[in-house]
Amino acid sequence: MKRVKLERKVLNENDEIAARLRERFREHRVLCLNLISAPGSGKTALLERTLAGFDPEDRVAVLTGDIQTDNDAARLRRYGFPVKQITTGGTCHLDARMIERALADWPPGGFDVLFIENVGNLVCPASYDLGENAKIVLLSVTEGDDKPLKYPSVFFKSSLMVVTKLDLLPHVPFDLPKAEKNARRINPEIEIRKLSVVSGEGMLEWRSWIEKQRERVVQQTLASVI
Amino acid sequence: MHEVGIANAILEAVSMEARRNGHGLPCRVGVRIGELAAVDPDALRFAFEALTRDTALARLTLVIEACPLRHRCCHCGEAFAVSDFLLECPRCGSTSTECIGGDELELSYWEVEDEARETGTESTQ
Repeated sequence: MKRVKLERKVLNENDEIAARLRERFREHRVLCLNLISAPGSGKTALLERTLAGFDPEDRVAVLTGDIQTDNDAARLRRYGFPVKQITTGGTCHLDARMIERALADWPPGGFDVLFIENVGNLVCPASYDLGENAKIVLLSVTEGDDKPLKYPSVFFKSSLMVVTKLDLLPHVPFDLPKAEKNARRINPEIEIRKLSVVSGEGMLEWRSWIEKQRERVVQQTLASVI
Repeated sequence: MHEVGIANAILEAVSMEARRNGHGLPCRVGVRIGELAAVDPDALRFAFEALTRDTALARLTLVIEACPLRHRCCHCGEAFAVSDFLLECPRCGSTSTECIGGDELELSYWEVEDEARETGTESTQ
C-alpha cells in the first residue's frame, strides 16, 4: 500500500474561481455581499427595501438564486437596477462558477455594490465561497432563537447577522437577547443588526453598515495602490 | 444536501491525481471534515458509495477524519477543544480566543494498492 499526501481543499476548484472573482471585485472596487438564510426569512424583502433606498444613479446590481422560477428577479427588477436570476435547477446553494457565469455578460466594473441572494438554505451555502467581501446571515423572529446553535456553520462564517421581521416580535416567543447571545457564542466577532422592512425600523443602521463596508473596499484599494 | 457535490469533488480530485501520477487505481482516500464544515459524514458516505458503485472506483474507500472545533487563547496561548460552543479558555478563563480548527473540508491523502495487486498477481501482504 502506498500513501500519497494530498493537503488540498475538497472544494479547491470552487475556491479557485472564488479567488478570481474576489480579485476582480477588488480591482473594480466592488463590494460583494452574500445573503444567506432559511427559506422565508426575508432576503428578497430586505433587498427590495434596500434597493428602494438607493438613488437611481447608484451603481447597484443583484444576483438572485433559486431552485426554480424567476419570481424573485421579477420582484427586484422593479427598482430599476440590473438583476439577474440564477436558477440552479435543484442545487441547494450557489457556487462560484454560477456567479462567474452570471457575471460574464456584465461589465466587470459596471457596479459598486453587488448583492447575491443565495438559495434559501441555512446549511449548504456556508460551504461555498463566492468571492464575496462578507457573508450575511438573516434570522427572522418567526424562527427559533436557537438557530445559531442548530446551524452553527453559517453563523460562524458570516460577518453580520441581520435579525428580520422585528415588527412581529411582540407576537412571537422569540427571545432576541438569547438569539444574539447564541450567535456570539458561535462567532464572537459577528456584528448584529435588527430591522423590519415593514416598519422601517433598523433600516438606517443596516444601510450604514453597507456604507461602512463600501468605504472599507475603497480604502483597501487605495492602500494597495500606495 | 450538498454532500453529493462534495463526494463528486473528492472523486474528481482523486481521479485527477491518479491520472497525473500514474500509480494505478486508488483504494482509499482520506478527508478531514470539521465540525463547522456543514457536511454530514453519513450523507457524504452514502453519496460516495452511490457515485462509485459499478464504476472503476467501486473499491475506493472513503476515510473520514472528524475535526472538532479548536480555539487558542489570545491571552495565555492554550489550545483547546471547544465543546458545546463554550469558548472560554479552560486554563486562564479568558474569553479572548481565536479559532484554529473545525471548519476543515480537506483531502488529506490517498492510497494505491501495490504493483503486485494491481497486476492481478498474488499479494504478499
